[in-house]
Formats: sequence, structure tokens, C-alpha cells
Amino acid sequence: MISRRDFLQASMAASAIVGASGFGNWGRLAAQQSLSQSDLLQFDTFGNVSLIHITDIHAQLKPIWFREPEINLGVGSNKGHVPHITGADFRKLYGIADGSASHYALSYDDFTALGQAYGQMGGMDRVATVVNSIRAERPDALLLDGGDTWHGSYTCYHTEGQDVVNIMNLLKPDAMTFHWEFTLGSDRVRDIVNNLPFAALGQNIFDAEWDEPAEDFAPYKFFERGGVKIAVIGQAFPYMPIANPGWMFPEYSFGIRDQRMQEMVDEVRGQGAELVVCLSHNGFDVDKKMAERVTGIDVILSGHTHDALPEPVLVGETIIVASGSNGKFVSRVDLDVRDGRMMGFRHKLIPIFSDVITPDADVAAAIDAERAPFLDDLTEVIGKTADDTLLYRRGNFNGSWDDLICEALIEERDADISLSPGVRWGPSIMPDQDITREDIWNVTSMTYPNAYRTEMTGEFIHTIMEDVADNLFNTDPYYQQGGDMVRVGGMGYRIDVSKPIGERISDLTLPRTGEAIDPSKTYVVAGWASVNEGTEGPPIWDVVENHIRKKGTVSVAPNTSVTVAGA
Amino acid sequence: MKLTRRHTLMLAAGSAVAALLPMRAAAAAEEAIAAFTGGADVGSEGITLTAPEIAENGNTVPISVSAPGAEAIIIIAAGNPEPGVATFNFGPLAAAQAGSTRIRLAGTQDVVAIARMPDGSFVQASREVKVTIGGCGG
Repeated sequence: MISRRDFLQASMAASAIVGASGFGNWGRLAAQQSLSQSDLLQFDTFGNVSLIHITDIHAQLKPIWFREPEINLGVGSNKGHVPHITGADFRKLYGIADGSASHYALSYDDFTALGQAYGQMGGMDRVATVVNSIRAERPDALLLDGGDTWHGSYTCYHTEGQDVVNIMNLLKPDAMTFHWEFTLGSDRVRDIVNNLPFAALGQNIFDAEWDEPAEDFAPYKFFERGGVKIAVIGQAFPYMPIANPGWMFPEYSFGIRDQRMQEMVDEVRGQGAELVVCLSHNGFDVDKKMAERVTGIDVILSGHTHDALPEPVLVGETIIVASGSNGKFVSRVDLDVRDGRMMGFRHKLIPIFSDVITPDADVAAAIDAERAPFLDDLTEVIGKTADDTLLYRRGNFNGSWDDLICEALIEERDADISLSPGVRWGPSIMPDQDITREDIWNVTSMTYPNAYRTEMTGEFIHTIMEDVADNLFNTDPYYQQGGDMVRVGGMGYRIDVSKPIGERISDLTLPRTGEAIDPSKTYVVAGWASVNEGTEGPPIWDVVENHIRKKGTVSVAPNTSVTVAGA
Repeated sequence: MKLTRRHTLMLAAGSAVAALLPMRAAAAAEEAIAAFTGGADVGSEGITLTAPEIAENGNTVPISVSAPGAEAIIIIAAGNPEPGVATFNFGPLAAAQAGSTRIRLAGTQDVVAIARMPDGSFVQASREVKVTIGGCGG
């Protein structure tokens, strides 16, 4: 159904932003002159339907630095397939020139040097410009938000999501699905959802007591666009009460529920849907498996795992589109729907270069108005990075931001070992740059921030590590929860990602002394983001702020505590 | 992650017990299955077992089973110390041969459903349900 030519058109669109190479000699101005807003937005309108996808914004209203992962390992049948390809291999796969804008936006290496040339990315005012431009060409384009929107910043925490809700409403989305939103608590979620001027979707959001579809969220919504009857089916994050604190939303149950997804597809087809779109927060590998098992979905707009792919991935007759995170990208997908079926598509992953795309003035003013009451707190400088230290998080194992947080936990909470959750959100900080309170909140903000201090046996620490590793490296994607490996401070380990649960983690050691962790001995462990109700301790952002303030200038040495095998 | 002191102790104790369980539990599950089937061959068509891939709460896991035309269906939690969960018997006037319940799972294990059909044959479906500490996704 989808021809090779359509795929070439997709890759052509992606390569349209590839500029010249030789970043080392390029000043910022020269590099950006090779990019223009019209180039970034250039798209030959195709077919009769346009979809605009944005996902995993994590409340980043302003432009940010965001380094993509160096290590993103696939296991089982996904080993060596996108999105588990990074760096030079990723660029080779998509024909991206070294030193190009796409290199900077989509891969990790030379991030500091290229960042100087190409500048920050994202900003919802820039995203508004892109959305408006697409709507100028296709007035009835559908804007679909994949969720993880009302979480992840200082202002989002203090307004319980209202700042992001207000800004997103200005962009006029047509539908949304959910994940971290639920950590606002179910009362607050219902409070917002009941007033949303667009559809709140999740076919897998159930009432926990009766195991029936929850009344607050519709499974799907119909849209009539370009003469085409379109059904958008929502798929919320399946493992909400496992990966996040279930006690914050006890009346809801989730799960993949792909049998019900098939029923919903059949139901909307029965009602005359000519195009079926799934707005998903499953994560990429889960979406691939779901596309193999559920027939009749034309397009899956995939979120959760923060992957940015320049081309859709085809599974059977379903295309899967991954649009990155933190406002770095917007995907545009034009579709030709005729005779009740999708006949072809054209796709572009539009990178939001914040110095190239003109901010929408109204949205820019609205963002500043949301921030104004908090501006003094947001902009207070706590410390700075050394000129050899880039702070970043993304990657399967410890990032430098996590190493700094783990160090803060050990020193501020007087612990032997520290644990930090392997979340995929959290922007980067360039070397020799001020660290503000806002920057610290961008990597720590959540509604269960307490930094606990507890005792654990060596055996129990091993059990935790094995459990988390299986959530990431189980060969069946349906058993993966989509985060990265728990970050560890004060302890080294070896992991063989190809082994089953119970056999992956070995060689637990205390690098300070070279001593092996004793299974029967008790260690003092500090950490944060416990899913348990009643966890005690200061909020993590205070722990990190105190630590950075004491240090003044922070320098993080490259992490050598994790040895990876079986990749 | 479960990280209060109390949970830590509970879980540490739980994992120690779990290590002892599988052999005994597997044998008990096989016995329960043999008692139902009488050792007959078991097919796989015509029975649907629905269970979550990962339990949201291992203490109450919703499952449902459907085997059109069946006379009886048994549910086995193969890794529990007492693997027998439920037996559904259907009379000739039963409108549907399906049932649902909630079960407690001691740890990650297979949940098995076996149906006896009117011709005396048996069909089986099984699903692995993972019970995890959780807490680090995002």
C-alpha cells in the first residue's frame, strides 16, 4: 500500500534541513544562516488530511538545550533497530551529514560545539508559529498532543499544571492522551479535563474498582476533515500505577489492553471511519508490538520513550511516527485518504530551532505572563557548570545530571549509596553556564519529590537493580515500562542486557574502597521519587540546590561505574 | 521502588521466600492440572484468557476467561503456594461460558486456564503476569 516512493519523499523532507558541514569553523551566525524558517517549514502539501503531532513536552514552555542519548540499547527482536541506533550509526542510517543541523538535533556527539552554532531548541511560542503555518496551508489540520504535557517545571508544579494548560489551549489541540498528568492527583486531573476545550482520550483508562472503561475519558473521537471521517483513538501510558505512585490516582487502572484496542478499531471502522489514528503514550517498542497484534490502525503517533525519528516506521500497514520530546520537534504527516483507506503519506519531523523560527507574539507574551509571578525564584543563580562539564540525563545509564544528583544525595543525606530514577525528561546545561533554580527544577520537578534515607541489604539492592533492569531490557516490549536504568551513586555494577531477570546484574562494588557489596550487609541508601505513600525527607530540589550552592562551580567526571555487556 | 523501612523489610523477606517456592509450586500446579484433565492431551484453540502483562497490584489482579461451549474452566496460578484459584462449572442453560475474578499472585508467574469441552477434550491458555517493584519509569 505504501510505496518506496512515499518513503523517499519522507526522507527527502528530512534531508531538506541538512546544511553544510565543518561546524568547527562555523560561527553561530554562519550556521544559522544556512537554516531559515521557510526551509524548516517547507512542505509540499499532500493528499487531503494533515496531522500535527507533539508529545512529551514536560512543561518546557521556553527553549532548552536537550542532548539526545548516546546509549539506547534494544533487546530481542528490537536489537539494532530504530530507535535503538544512536550517534554516527543513526546519522549514517538517515543520510545526515556530520556537523549538520540534523546531527545536532537528532544525535548526541559534539553536542557542546554544535550547540554553540545552532542554539537552543523548542519553545511553545515557536511551536505555535509552526502549527499556525501548517494550518495556513491546511486549515483543518488535526493537532494531537501525546501527553506528558502538564509535568516537569517549577511553574507547572506551583500552578498544578495550569500554566501549561493555558498555553496549550492557545495552540488549540484537537485531542490529547496522558501519563505524568495523573501525578497531579486524580481530583486535579478531572478538574482540568472537565474544562478542556478538546478531547481527553484513553481507551485503556479503566475504573479500578469495576474494571470498566472510566467515564472521565473517551476511548476515541471522530473528526470530519478534508471530507474524510477520521477516528482518533487514545492510548494512555499503560503502566501508570506501577511506574508512578498509584495512590495518587487510586480510582484508575490502565494496562495495554490491546484486545480492547482491536474492539475500538473495529467499532470505529463499523461506524464508517476511513482513517484510524492512534494517539499513543505506549513507548516506541510497545507501539511496534501493538501494531503487529492490532489490525486496522493507519497511523500510530507514538510518545513516551522520547524518540525522534526522521521517518515513520512501517509495521504491516501501520505507520508509526515518533516526535521527540521537550518541544524539540513537531511532526507533520500529510495523508491521502481515498475510497475509505490510506493510499499514501508524506512526513516531516520539523526541528524547532529557537533562533530560526520566529516566536508567535501572542503565545510568547502569554508564556511570560505565566512566568512573571515566579520570575525572581526561577532566575536565581545557584551555581555554574565548569567548562569541562555538560549536564545531561538521556541514555540508558547514568547521565552527568544524575551523577550530580546522586553525589548531592550522598553528601547532603550522609549515605553510602544513592539511587535516582531513570526518567527520560530533563533538559541539558551547557559547560560554563549559570545553573538557575529553574534548571534544577527542570530535572527534579514532581509531586513525590521526597529524598528518603533508609537502610537496605546488599541483596535487596541487587533485587531492585534486577527488577528495574527487567523493566528496560525484557525482550518482550509489553513488559517494558519505557524508562531508563535506575541511576546509582557510590556503587559500581556490571550489567549484561542479554540475560534474563536475576542474571543481568553482577559485580556490585563500592568504588571508593574497591570492596564488593556484601549481600547480607546493610548499607545506608538515599534516593528520591519513591512511589510509596508517606515517604519522608526533604524535596530533591532542595537537596540538589544546597549541594550546588556549596560547590559553586560543578564539575562532573565521566562516569566509569557501569560496565555494559551483551549489547 | 518500595522504599519505606517497613516495605524494604517486607520485600527483602518476600524475595527470600520466593526463592524457595518455584519447585514446590510448579509441582502443585501440575498436580492440580492432572487432577482436572486426568492426564489427557490439551489443545490451545477456543479459549481466551485476559490478564494484565504487569500487575498494577499483585494482591488483586483482575483476570477473565472465555471458552465458548465449555462445561467447566479451572484457573491455576502456577507460581502460588496454593495454585488452585477457581473452577467455573457451566450448566446446559448457561448463556455464556465465561467468568472473571481477581486473584492474588505471590510473584511473577504464569496464570493458566483450562476448559473441559462437552466431547471430553481440553483446551488451555496461559499468560505470564509480572509482579514488579516498579517505580522508576518515566
